Amino acid sequence: MLRMPRFEVSCPESLPEALALLAESELDTRVMAGGTDLLVALKNRLEVPQRVVSLARVGGLDHVTEQEGSLAIGARVTLAQLGASDLVRRLAPALGEAARSVASPQVRQVATIGGNALLSTRCRYYNQSHFWRKALGFCLKKDGTLCHVVEGGKKCVAAASGDTAPALLTLGARVTLESQHGVRALPLLDLYRNDGIANTVLRPDELLTELVVPAQRPGHRGAYEKLRVREAIDYPLLGVAVRLDVDPDSAVVTDVDVVLTALQAKPRRVARIDSLIVGVPIHGEAFEAAAAQLGLRARDQCHPVANVPGDPEYRRKLVPVLVRRALLRAAGAA
Amino acid sequence: MAARDRHGSGPPFGDVFKVVGTSARKVDGMAKATGEAVFTDDITLPGMLHAKTLRSPHAHARIVAIDTTRAAALPGVRAVITGRDLPGRFGVLPWTQDETALALEKVRFVGEPVAAVAAVDEDTAIDALELIRIEYELLTPHFDPLDALRDDAAPIHDTRERNVSKNVLLEFGDVNAEFARADVVIDEHYSFHGTTHAAIEPHCALARLGADGVLTLYSSTQITHYVQRTVAKVLELPEHLVRVIQPCVGGGFGGKSDPFSLELCVCKLACITGRPVKMLYDREEVFYTHRGRHPMQMHFRTAATREGKLLALDARTVLDGGAYSSFGLVTTYYSGQLLAGPYALDALRFDSTRVFTNKPPCGPKRGHGAVQPRFAFEVQLDELATRLDLDPIELRRRGALPAYTETLNGQRITSNGLLACLTAVERASEWRVRRGRLPFGVGLGVAASMYISGTNYPVYPNEMPQAGIVLEANRSGLVTVLTGSNDIGQGASTIVRMLVAEELGLALDQVRVVAADTDLCPVDLGAYSSRVTFMVGNAAIDACRKLRAKLTSALAAHWETFEGDIVLSEGEAFDRKEPTRRLSLKEAIAIAEAKYDTLATAGSYNTPKLGGAYRGGTIGASPSYSFTAHVAEVRVDDETGRITCEHLYVAHDCGRALNPMLVAGQMDGSAYMGAAEALMEDHDVDERGLHRGPSLLDYPIPTALDVPGLSSLIVESIDPEGPYGAKEAGEGPLHPAVPAIANAVYDAVGVRLRHLPFTPARVLAELEQQRAALEGRRARC
Repeated sequence: MLRMPRFEVSCPESLPEALALLAESELDTRVMAGGTDLLVALKNRLEVPQRVVSLARVGGLDHVTEQEGSLAIGARVTLAQLGASDLVRRLAPALGEAARSVASPQVRQVATIGGNALLSTRCRYYNQSHFWRKALGFCLKKDGTLCHVVEGGKKCVAAASGDTAPALLTLGARVTLESQHGVRALPLLDLYRNDGIANTVLRPDELLTELVVPAQRPGHRGAYEKLRVREAIDYPLLGVAVRLDVDPDSAVVTDVDVVLTALQAKPRRVARIDSLIVGVPIHGEAFEAAAAQLGLRARDQCHPVANVPGDPEYRRKLVPVLVRRALLRAAGAA
Repeated sequence: MAARDRHGSGPPFGDVFKVVGTSARKVDGMAKATGEAVFTDDITLPGMLHAKTLRSPHAHARIVAIDTTRAAALPGVRAVITGRDLPGRFGVLPWTQDETALALEKVRFVGEPVAAVAAVDEDTAIDALELIRIEYELLTPHFDPLDALRDDAAPIHDTRERNVSKNVLLEFGDVNAEFARADVVIDEHYSFHGTTHAAIEPHCALARLGADGVLTLYSSTQITHYVQRTVAKVLELPEHLVRVIQPCVGGGFGGKSDPFSLELCVCKLACITGRPVKMLYDREEVFYTHRGRHPMQMHFRTAATREGKLLALDARTVLDGGAYSSFGLVTTYYSGQLLAGPYALDALRFDSTRVFTNKPPCGPKRGHGAVQPRFAFEVQLDELATRLDLDPIELRRRGALPAYTETLNGQRITSNGLLACLTAVERASEWRVRRGRLPFGVGLGVAASMYISGTNYPVYPNEMPQAGIVLEANRSGLVTVLTGSNDIGQGASTIVRMLVAEELGLALDQVRVVAADTDLCPVDLGAYSSRVTFMVGNAAIDACRKLRAKLTSALAAHWETFEGDIVLSEGEAFDRKEPTRRLSLKEAIAIAEAKYDTLATAGSYNTPKLGGAYRGGTIGASPSYSFTAHVAEVRVDDETGRITCEHLYVAHDCGRALNPMLVAGQMDGSAYMGAAEALMEDHDVDERGLHRGPSLLDYPIPTALDVPGLSSLIVESIDPEGPYGAKEAGEGPLHPAVPAIANAVYDAVGVRLRHLPFTPARVLAELEQQRAALEGRRARC
């Protein structure tokens, strides 16, 4: 069994206590909620903190509530809770699908939405043991100076690999970040940076405490498609979330959003797609043609690199397929 | 009674088996389910130290200097060893002993063990590894076997001039003449990739040097006997002072059938420190330890008549052996020898070359050496059937060898249930109404195979029995069975218990099996080449017959009746002619013990003299062969290239199903292991020699959601050689899975897959080529 490095563990009993611990800047600290990603990172020596602040005894942060169609989700809600929530199924179906696609039932029992939203970027040259990375000569993201994905690359291209982020982005989610200095709320899109090493703007003294999914329009539909080797366990090799707003009376598309993940450090919103599909009725051949067109446009905006396992050219070929399938499934699911 | 006797295939008393043929629960099933079972890593001894291995970060390098002084000085470190402390060469086969416990002059793959540390705890040992300084002189590595074969390639082993590990060229019949008279020749290239065993339990070893001078090693091995011999050789100890015990093992599949570095290191460290030393590999280390399936590049040519009669097979194969020999000599033979069946050929030639490369060493994995050529040949047969417009099952039926015959390379076939297997999968899959008639994207494919039930080739040449059993009947009513055989989860001890219960008329709980402890048990060669049920089973029956004779003769004297009228059944002894004469077996044992003194017998098994009279003729020669047929049903997503194996219909001729539940378990496990090799697994290194993902995240094995539907159809041919007619079931059922899936893909979408693995990317590329070709044809019209 892999051993963990030695570190100090703090178990604050309340949110203010946790924030106070994070405000002490002298110790390099990591926060642990479910721990499903952090523990592996610790064992692989990807993270070698001096202290781990566990949220195990911090109460609250585990609510899923609705207010006028808007969903408030505590950061410690587990992916299992989220995946099983009727509210989520009804108000944000793509999020439910994405949550249910993560890892395995056992992992989803402890993994949290906050942790998944803040998941570190992943790369075939980074998510390896210390021995393996040392034999490689390490990499840009940790302990090294070379990028093994892009020859001569100076910027880390590790891939955003959380399944829930693209779904949340299509839903226009906002996040609440708290610290001793106060609370800030920002659109989820602004949480992320396109940098494989520091992929969020979260400060070391801040805690993500809540995600808010605003009320969707009547006729909202969504879906999440995931490319992976196995039907469980695997991280996405490509993830596609779609939001489709449909006029309840005319069944015509009124708005669309498509966000892709597992390509680069930041989930990617596909641009210039409204004109392809807005105004098209969701039943019929015109919609299928529009979905196919939209898929091709998405592909033209994607340039997968060999950051996650598998052939990047194959992932590119699959972009239009998954985008079209997600749109068709969203349209079909009333 | 002797080791080479046949014992008959019928029940010992009357016409009906009492135990054999029931799905009796495994002896250790409940213990494993409740967590009570003790695996090697569960054992902790007083004062025990923990050891860790330092591994090479280079694929090919000369060791210039090693400095362990800082590591040895770290508080808590008790010993540091390097190759010089264990210089004795070893290897599972006596002819190719090219391994050392820790690298001596050179390292030959990334992950090769170079030094080991014993410390008070694992963390200290890990810290100590970081303090060992090694100076390497880098050498050019070879990862492609064809590259390693070039004349100017530097030898990976200095003792060899070239990187040829083994070459076998054998011809039976006149291949060229058969090709000259053939109506049809299929000539294609195929390749099989590397795959590994991925047993759930990582390798673990724990050694202790007793005050009595006995070195005891607990190890997660499937070959206690060879480990004992190797430890004695490398540590230069008399064999009788080395005791090897195999606790519960969490799966082997061939990955624990070599003696390994960790076993030798803990023994040496225990001798140096005088304290028990344990080493547990992490998952990454298991990947480096490997001994998995050899990647093979195969150029196969098959000649046939226009009626579909097979004339000849000409097979040229390059085996990628990795850095060391392991079982590679045998693998090289198996890659051709097992192609002489299950179909009749007039001529067979194979030219197989195993090559050293700078990768983790390959070895035996379930279906050792035969799964890869079977894939190539069964796909080639499908191509032949297409060319001749014949039903692929019909082609195989026409070619099937009969029972009780000899293959052209001299393998004696006894019982043969191949035709029954083909019929079983044909019916179960509704082949006749569905194959070729399913919608685009859905298809059925067939493949068949045969495999050995052990081999008459012991790993080191000797005339002693391959399997031994000792029985002691105790006046408490218990019969204790001592067997050297290794139960690695396949159910070896359960089968032994069932056979003894059947022979002596005991209830199952009156038989206790003590296994795989070299101090207590007679030698068995180990759990490999599907030999245990067959050979240990025969040895058990041999021992039982001797004990039974004592019981029945004592009872006959007691009741003043004939021995032949005594029946032992379900915990009782009675007189068939006078059923009121009835005693419990406990009482019967007491009567026999009073008459004959302490009741103990020994039994043995050895194979008949088998195999062709040519060099290598005994390799692949088995006392009897199992036969298998699969039909795979697949669904191909023509947009993503993803193959879903919806169902595998598996028919396997195991001779007699001694325990149908265990047989079906082996069939299920084999079939889905094969399907996973075809669809998702890939054990490979990158251009630096780094493993592409030594973890169970990056090396995907199926989850419960990825396993196809399985129908395990048991076929019983009742073999004259096996215990009560049984043959093997642990490896044979894997072989057809891979080609059956490939052939089903052809039926589904018309794409011929000749190169593994069938990843979605590869299948999609094939589909795109097919579309381009079709469009090209249309354009020309």
